[in-house]
Amino acid sequence: MNTIRHHLDDATLLSYSSGSLTNAMALVVACHLSVCADCRRKAGEMELLGGEMLERLQPADLSDSALQNLLDALDEEQPPEPTTDAPALPPADVPAPLWAYIDKPLDELAWKSLAPGFAYVDLPCQGTGASKLLRIAPGKSVLPHTHTGNELTMILRGSYVDDVGRFAKGDIADLDDAIEHQPLVDSPESCICLVATDGPLRFTSLLGRIVQPLTGF
Amino acid sequence: MEKANESGDSVNRVVPLPSSRTCDDTDWSQLLARMAETGDRALFVQIFRHYGPLLKSYMLRLGVLDSVVEELVQESMLTIWRKAKTFNPERAEAGAWIYTLARNKAIDWMRKQKYPTYSLEGHEEEPQEGETEPGELHLIRHKMKTALNELPPEQAQVIYMSYYEGRAHSEIAAKLGIPLGSVKARIRLASAKLRNFWEGEQ
Ligand SMILES: [Zn+2]
Repeated sequence: MNTIRHHLDDATLLSYSSGSLTNAMALVVACHLSVCADCRRKAGEMELLGGEMLERLQPADLSDSALQNLLDALDEEQPPEPTTDAPALPPADVPAPLWAYIDKPLDELAWKSLAPGFAYVDLPCQGTGASKLLRIAPGKSVLPHTHTGNELTMILRGSYVDDVGRFAKGDIADLDDAIEHQPLVDSPESCICLVATDGPLRFTSLLGRIVQPLTGF
Repeated sequence: MEKANESGDSVNRVVPLPSSRTCDDTDWSQLLARMAETGDRALFVQIFRHYGPLLKSYMLRLGVLDSVVEELVQESMLTIWRKAKTFNPERAEAGAWIYTLARNKAIDWMRKQKYPTYSLEGHEEEPQEGETEPGELHLIRHKMKTALNELPPEQAQVIYMSYYEGRAHSEIAAKLGIPLGSVKARIRLASAKLRNFWEGEQ
């Protein structure tokens, strides 16, 4: 098992635990949590914080019939159907939370070419922001760029290096507008990452940054 | 950097976190586990009476409509009943468990899509190194009560806006008129302070 070196920011984790992340960003967080015990521990603590926050609320009265309705519903409860087979496990390079969004192993997805060496797959996340899978060929590099909001990347396969360090399978790049970087894929295989942004138009600019140097030739 | 607002001036009045309401000594984790074991409806009613009105209050704050909130509370309560068998008091704490379940229920309804979660049904893992040890959760939960009261107002404020209003960093930044980086800095400081409190002190 490889060691995870780059983790989620506390601010991102708290936003996830409080339910204030977009689904696109939350997907990346959940994927990292599914493989990282350190971050999972922190997320657990922030859910304890959620429990304490819940406890401090001023209770809102429920209607008089609420309890009776609930007890009636219990009477209707059927014992759960015995499930014969366990849910199919995802391939080793697909974190479990991502498996609900794609129906095939990574290599069998309908990758859309963006430019030579660059391909992507859209993921159907509701709400603002977007999430995609990006595949970048070995030796390819993205132009130096900053970010206009929050951007989360999780490496699923391969690796890249940038000004911050080296990012390999399981690692998270949790970036905001304070960071400028120029990722270069340094693995012999293509680098596949799950990327999410929290603004409506940000992916356009992300893809633009990738394509720009190529169309400039 | 953001001195103008740091002293809690008049531009953005800081809403204090509500204090702990009553001294409630009920061990909800034990009670929930006992309910799962025995199927005792009286225990379920006890959980309902305590958590039902809290869940309603929480969901309304997050933005669930008045017309559906009771239905979602009811669904949450039924889920608690059904899933109680998977609740392990050695590895989970009832308040956090119920909070998470209600959070997901509210978000799933509001966004018409499941909030991505990391603990998937049917994939119960063995505890790994680095994860919280049995019983430790309950200690942290206990310390949390005091720790929360120790947060400076501007840190309590971002916690409040995250948990009670479901606001993203960018929304908090816009509402408070401070840079995105400052919102994140405040949340990091608050997290570090809380963690320090329950890891450092006895
Ligand atoms: Zn991590």
